[in-house]
Amino acid sequence: MEIVLDGVSKVINGETHLNSITLQLTSGATNVILGHTLAGKTSLLRLMAGLDRPTKGRIFLDGRDVTGLFVRKRSVAMVYQQFINYPSMTVYDNIASPLKMSGLPSADIDRKVRAAAATLHIDRLLDRMPAELSGGQQQRTAIARSLVKDTELLLLDEPLVNLDYKLREELQAELQDIFRARKAIVVYTTTEPSEALMLGGNLVVMDEGRILQTGPTSSVYHHPSTTRVAQVVSDPPINFLPGVVAGGKARLGRDIDIAMTGHLSAVPDGEYAFGVRPNHLFLHAQGAGNVEISVKVELAEINGSETFIHVSHGDLHLVLQEDGIHPRYIGSNITVYANPGCFFVYEKPGRLLASPFGAG
Amino acid sequence: MAQIEMDGVAHSYLRHPEKDADYAIKTIANIWDDGGAYALLGPSGCGKTTLLNIISGLLTPTRGRVLYNGTDVTALPPEKRNIAQVFQFPVLYDTMTVYENLAFPLRNRGLEKDAIHRRVQEIADILDLTPFLKQKAYGLAADAKQKISLGRGLVRSDVAAILFDEPLTVIDPHLKWHLRRKLKEIHEQLKLTLIYVTHDQMEALTFAEKVVVMYEGEIVQTGTPEDLFENPEHKFVGYFIGSPGMNFLSCRLEGNIAYVNGLGIKLGKQTANAAQKTAGKLEIGIRPKYLEISPRPVENALPAHVKSFEDLGSYKIAAILLDEKTLYARLPEDAPLAAGNVWIVFPPEKTKLYADGRLVK
Amino acid sequence: MNKWENNRAWLLTVPVLVIVAFSSIIPLMTVVNYSVQDIFGPGQSLFVGTEMYKNVLRDARLHEALWRQFLFSGLVLLIEIPLGIALALAMPKKGWGVSFSLVVMALPLLIPWNTIGSIWIIFVRPDIGLFGAFVNNVLGIGFDHTARPLDAWITTLLMEIWHWTPLVALLAYAGLRAIPEVYYQAAKIDGASPWATFRYIQLPKMRGVLTIAVLLRFMDSFLIYAEPFVLTGGGPGNSTTFLSIYLVKLALGQFDLGTAGAFSLIYFLIIEILCFVFYQVLKNVGKGTGT
Repeated sequence: MEIVLDGVSKVINGETHLNSITLQLTSGATNVILGHTLAGKTSLLRLMAGLDRPTKGRIFLDGRDVTGLFVRKRSVAMVYQQFINYPSMTVYDNIASPLKMSGLPSADIDRKVRAAAATLHIDRLLDRMPAELSGGQQQRTAIARSLVKDTELLLLDEPLVNLDYKLREELQAELQDIFRARKAIVVYTTTEPSEALMLGGNLVVMDEGRILQTGPTSSVYHHPSTTRVAQVVSDPPINFLPGVVAGGKARLGRDIDIAMTGHLSAVPDGEYAFGVRPNHLFLHAQGAGNVEISVKVELAEINGSETFIHVSHGDLHLVLQEDGIHPRYIGSNITVYANPGCFFVYEKPGRLLASPFGAG
Repeated sequence: MAQIEMDGVAHSYLRHPEKDADYAIKTIANIWDDGGAYALLGPSGCGKTTLLNIISGLLTPTRGRVLYNGTDVTALPPEKRNIAQVFQFPVLYDTMTVYENLAFPLRNRGLEKDAIHRRVQEIADILDLTPFLKQKAYGLAADAKQKISLGRGLVRSDVAAILFDEPLTVIDPHLKWHLRRKLKEIHEQLKLTLIYVTHDQMEALTFAEKVVVMYEGEIVQTGTPEDLFENPEHKFVGYFIGSPGMNFLSCRLEGNIAYVNGLGIKLGKQTANAAQKTAGKLEIGIRPKYLEISPRPVENALPAHVKSFEDLGSYKIAAILLDEKTLYARLPEDAPLAAGNVWIVFPPEKTKLYADGRLVK
Repeated sequence: MNKWENNRAWLLTVPVLVIVAFSSIIPLMTVVNYSVQDIFGPGQSLFVGTEMYKNVLRDARLHEALWRQFLFSGLVLLIEIPLGIALALAMPKKGWGVSFSLVVMALPLLIPWNTIGSIWIIFVRPDIGLFGAFVNNVLGIGFDHTARPLDAWITTLLMEIWHWTPLVALLAYAGLRAIPEVYYQAAKIDGASPWATFRYIQLPKMRGVLTIAVLLRFMDSFLIYAEPFVLTGGGPGNSTTFLSIYLVKLALGQFDLGTAGAFSLIYFLIIEILCFVFYQVLKNVGKGTGT
């Protein structure tokens, strides 16, 4: 199955929410839409669901034009960031609600409800009311409701954003298996690159109502086509250093010199933006050709398994990622090593010119 | 400034608690050192906010005593304890200017006008609030508002400790690190006792010198961020800290070998010795980061099977089947990996043993 | 949001439009029609333009009624709002007392307007009324609302306050209950006195509901009719002849429909303008108290 958006725009009160989007999404792999808040992700989902009508352009589902078709006439299920359930119904009735109108025999409904509940590990909570559930269980109920009917489209709008990180981790892992087992076109929005990478599949990078890049998730991650894409798909944020290339060498910032060898050798003289991900800045030299940068520690942010060290070098602000947990004192001076082999180079307007991962 | 001691503190919201389960806090005895930066970390419902409210005096514990510098303050209300608290959502006096908000706690305590003015200016300076002093507080952004809430605590020079209850919940993600940094700076500058309650490991580990992990009304470990990662003293710490959390496998012990359904895993000497004296259900635990994977058989390796793996950009996570149990391994981004048979090694110094959920040491 | 799909939704608003037309717009236009004519009887009328409006502006008794009305509404607001807040603050916050006090507070609000007048007539009677007899016989103060204008005023005011302060109290109570607990906790930690807590937390946070309370009480008291009509009939003399009572006398008693029509429209305008002013003022008082 596939859904095709052809030159779709959405303008509300003179404000462009979506700007000529052309996109083809298929079943068989999770489609993740990644973008910051207000990038237009939700607007796009609403158009696909049929909750809104595009200002311009057409939408096709398996070749059928569904542009003007109202949501109730489409085969679609949606999960929202907020935990939306019917407060006066039990978990069982909540999950069964999409089937109530279908005229299915009640034995079939019962079987489907129990199967969906079992998939999300809430089969023991079927008699509870939503108010008696934890946040994670409420969202599991909402997801089960979206799965109980075999819809053509399964849309999830940042479904895990309001959950604690441990619950998020568990559900991310479970959702992968659930999505794999569905025939529907799955579209999942998120603001977090790590979530997009975890879910795998195909990635659509959005920003300010436009699509910036599409492709298999790991390929987009390794070959972000513009500086903006690189920013959206990197967390912690990718470091950008202004650089001037001349005579086989580049000067980054005021005083960092690197040799333009390897994948950088083809870059002509000129001014560029050099991008390097935090995990490609090191606290120990990684071999010959590494550049030493002496920096001052601004803050060490410690995630559960890695440390993000914010440092400054003159007026440059850099973030580097260190595996494991290593507190550092604010204000201490350390040396950071950069491997020129890990740099992305972007032309000034932001187009990718050289990637350490070879041609995309 | 003060050292705060919890002496056998327990609390129940029921009037007549009977069973253990009736208690939100089950007998806590610990000391918060003067000038320490602490995080109180735990999942929702573990009792961390209850404990915080007991420290501040908003709640009187069912049992036990709270001591400030050795003085029993259990019965004292918050305003008599010299404590400041920053809440999850900014609490402001909307009709007042930023200046008046900051001055409010001092005016209530009858300080002289000049002294108030000096102190407010000083704190506004530290918090970068000086340009806003004359504005009404209600119109500011969430992070500025939260800084005002913090400022109302800092402005009192005699404050014994500042308590934070998930203070960054309403702050935009990209502004969080600024406030985290500000909090650390303030700690270095003013050497105040700070206690920071959160359910988020990043918040806790970034902020604290020492993290106190709570689980079901009990403190299960107090330690530096490194301690919690390297030596989780309770299974829950292993699970809760780290993404993904620690791997656990039920085992039985023979000498210094832990057997997981017939597959032997060698333990460190110290662990094995300590284990001889321990009873209870045994499990081995290992961080995904420390599992070693090899495509070929190597010494002390166990045969396993890679079920799937995810490329997370800066690293990879492999799901590995070891005798029907799934283990997760965290591998470098350039690790060559394909589904299929592999050999895994549990390095003895990184392999922990747990008896009834607690670390054997 | 789904305008493009459901134009039928417009149909659903038709009943409301019809009801509003028959209940407000058509009667109002009828009044406008009356106000520009001199009506002698059924089918006999004469177009007089603005003559009726000039009459109204010249009518001295009407002016008296207007000032009387302002004084009355002003006193009502000055007493009911603080009293209602005080009651709300005193009401229990948890336990069985909550529902009990809510029911007791709501009782006066459930009694029909004209019955209220009758209750108070008996209540203040000097011979058998609980209040009247007590004041006259026990305290020895001569009190008779049918003979003395001041006593009539006091009685009318007491009746109005007894009847409607509970509404203010209930609104204020709802406003108080909506203040999150952390505000009180923060105030405690900041060492705020009970007065400071009231002044800087409770009062600003109640602003929204108090605005509604002031508007409701102003409009209602400005339009007051049934209670004083039953209690005093506007007397003694004209001492409690409020605007609506005078208006009814004019329209029905003297069949002066034209003047009454013009008067109604001016009356209507006064209320509209004052409500607008109140709303603007209250919105800006201590601006930024949030919601």
